[in-house]
Amino acid sequence: MCHCEAVLFRRSSPLSQGIASLAEGRSLAMTQTREKMDKSIIAQLTTITGKDGVLSTPEDLAVYGYDATFEDHRPDVVVLPRTSEQVSQALALAARERIPLVTRGMGSGLAAASVPFNGGIALTMTRMNRILEIDTVNATAHVEAGVVTADLQAAVEKLGLFYPPDPSSIRHSTIGGNIACNAGGPRCLKYGVTGDYVLGLTVVLADGRILHTGGKCIKDVVGYDLKALFTGSEGTLGVITEALLRLIAKPKFARTALVEFVRLDDASRTVNVILQAGVVPATLELMDETAIACIEAALHLGLPLDVEAILLIEADGSDEAAVLREMEAVTETCRARGARQVKVAEDETERASLWRARRSLSPSLARKAPNKLGEDITVPRSAIPETVRRLKAISTKYELPIVIYGHAGDGNLHPTILFDKRDPEQSVRVEQMAAEEFALALELGGTLSGEHGVGTLKRPYMQQALGPLSLEVQKRVKQALDPLNILNPGKVFPE
Amino acid sequence: MQSEVSEPSEEQYLNCIRCGLCLAVCPTYREYLTETASPRGRVALARKGLEGELELSPNLAEQMYACFDCLACNEICPVGIRPADLALNMRDLQEQRQLSGWKQTLFGGLIPKPGRMEAATWPLRIYEELGLRRLVYVLGLRRLLPHQLRDIEAMLPHMPQRPLRQALPEISEANGETRYRVGFFLGCAQSLMFAEESAASVRVLTRNGCTVVTPKETVCCGMPALGYGRTDLVREQARFNIALFEKANVETIVTDCATCGSTLKDYGKLLADDPNWAARAAEFSKKVRDVSELLMSIPFEKPQGRLEARVTYHDPCHLRRGQGVWKQPRALLQMIDGLEFVELPEADWCCGSAGSQLITHYETSLKVLERKTENLASTKADYLASGCPGCQMQLILGVRRQGLDVQVVHPIALLDIAYKK
Repeated sequence: MCHCEAVLFRRSSPLSQGIASLAEGRSLAMTQTREKMDKSIIAQLTTITGKDGVLSTPEDLAVYGYDATFEDHRPDVVVLPRTSEQVSQALALAARERIPLVTRGMGSGLAAASVPFNGGIALTMTRMNRILEIDTVNATAHVEAGVVTADLQAAVEKLGLFYPPDPSSIRHSTIGGNIACNAGGPRCLKYGVTGDYVLGLTVVLADGRILHTGGKCIKDVVGYDLKALFTGSEGTLGVITEALLRLIAKPKFARTALVEFVRLDDASRTVNVILQAGVVPATLELMDETAIACIEAALHLGLPLDVEAILLIEADGSDEAAVLREMEAVTETCRARGARQVKVAEDETERASLWRARRSLSPSLARKAPNKLGEDITVPRSAIPETVRRLKAISTKYELPIVIYGHAGDGNLHPTILFDKRDPEQSVRVEQMAAEEFALALELGGTLSGEHGVGTLKRPYMQQALGPLSLEVQKRVKQALDPLNILNPGKVFPE
Repeated sequence: MQSEVSEPSEEQYLNCIRCGLCLAVCPTYREYLTETASPRGRVALARKGLEGELELSPNLAEQMYACFDCLACNEICPVGIRPADLALNMRDLQEQRQLSGWKQTLFGGLIPKPGRMEAATWPLRIYEELGLRRLVYVLGLRRLLPHQLRDIEAMLPHMPQRPLRQALPEISEANGETRYRVGFFLGCAQSLMFAEESAASVRVLTRNGCTVVTPKETVCCGMPALGYGRTDLVREQARFNIALFEKANVETIVTDCATCGSTLKDYGKLLADDPNWAARAAEFSKKVRDVSELLMSIPFEKPQGRLEARVTYHDPCHLRRGQGVWKQPRALLQMIDGLEFVELPEADWCCGSAGSQLITHYETSLKVLERKTENLASTKADYLASGCPGCQMQLILGVRRQGLDVQVVHPIALLDIAYKK
């Protein structure tokens, strides 16, 4: 329709205008003079990516302002590059014109890290979705950032290989986004997080230069580990355009058990008993009764509705007998610790439906309330039972439900507060509750976020979590790589 | 035209938490990879439009028309939002705000009038009958047509000489004892474009103890009007069909068109707020069955003839997700001796037809179709069965474009062949 009508940098509020200007170190007056160049910026971007790579109608801008949180702020233009070279040119332009640039994939983040609060360019990587190489000898995959994680998994599994990280959003998140937030998932208990599989990265720097770091070697101690620096940097240090990922042999056998506990406390205590018994399951997931009820309402799987908790435990490996032995050990331990019933999935279909249930859990909680705030605090696993108990106490104190579920085996919990944002009084309570959750995690030796990232939602607690020195070191890194502060400004660091 | 505008309600979008699950299953998202072409994007646009944050602009309406209504997002949403339905409701809102005259003519004047539809398709029959079509192919004249028209031409099945509505008797007696008295709903597209298949449906039904009553005055089920935002016209058509079948005095209403079936089954919901019609509509909808659904629910005669062929099956969106019918057609096909059934990869992924998307959204429709034909090629099947005329026409085009040696058929037509052998 009216593609050329949209005016770039039409700020939605004086506040965001001010913030953007500060971020760029420019005055308001200069921002206004730049408005005259708007059409010229769109034209230049169009030259870089072609016409179909630049979106600027009000409708396009309205849908690129959110991720999977409740935050929303429209960008001024959306750019969909197809090559690292195009990203490089877009960044050079952004640097020249001091335009904030926020990188995003499929927008399934849970920390508002890809919400463009300062407007500017929403650099969307979804069209860089080619799998460039799967090297079966070295067991590596070379992919573009926009590849959907599940698509990569399917492609390598056809060749007998395995890419383990499995955030619940595997079908609707991209490798680039997974790396930028160092995504986790249930299988991380046994296999580690996304960062453990990053061997190399292609990163476009804030001035548009293209950096290649890492390679196919498993061992490499030459210089600083830059790929680790960019992993989890949430788009604040550079734009990840390609990744070289480590693969492993695909486990041939897997067994999943659904364990019912009448008491939540028994379930959370059992987690450590299993792990201390020398068994390392691939996953060890905990869900409380509200979580079970929500999944059941969404999927009708016949889950038990009269227990306080279930554990979802999977053992996998390449030796069937070993997998079965592990499952037996798990079953025995659970029974001894008060499990009412241990049901092992009969076949692949049943197993798949259990995991589908687990993956749809977080969104299905929205059946209970219009809004939810899901955190991902992580504690040393010895502290899991105490954390669970005290989270319930927070819920009672503030009279708002907290659903408890998560990757209990690695100490990563997802306490989720259910509320209605339209009630301002509830929103105040939610903020207080989140603050208490974070304080609890820190007190027990844990951290604010295990796998979602900081974005803006956890920024206020960074000082408390890291202390001044760690923050200062991190700020210096940021200044060295992005001196103009155009890359995802306003994220990660406290104000 | 209407005194007050009815808008989609808050419950239809309020709880969308923007998780993004629906992006993975949306055919238009997977082609364009833009949020604007995704179910989540459409829900956000609807919400912002209804809440006044965005203007209800023509471009916003266009995003609602870009949806293929394949219902995959409705099915996957863990919160229970139905983005595909919301897109249809938004089209309806657009029509209420600004009525397009051509839609009135097409959906109010032409499609619901069987006689006029037959007259309108008369040139197609002449085109076929006089051998013009063969001539066009032999002389290579097709190449002179513009791309899109060439593709539309390629979709045309072989047209019967007489419309089925005229050829089929009002009552087709069961072979042997009448065990069921069923009404047959003549779908516009199925009975006009694939008349021989609908005739086969009636033969298969009579063979299995059904006396088939075919009211000749049926009007369009209403799906085309629904797709173009004219729910008011759908309701008119629904009332007409309900009254018609009440007179037919049947226990079951059968259709061999996936789209008709899903619409007819929704009459109850469509007229739920109409005090004079709610109960009658609910009663009507309760009786509706897809032909495969009915056949699998009654004692069914296994065909004696063999059909040595490799057969695969494409799930019409409005049969699988619209009606939850997907096991039955597969089971029916597998009853035929000699037939080797192969599952089509991504069998329930939209084929890109979506009614008229090939005309209104040509490029997207073809891209979605390509994914389907690539999957089809991998099966090496001789027949592709699918019980929806829209899908069939689209699939015929896909087969021709790809140069595959596959025949597109209604699953019942294969049963009919096996009975005849």
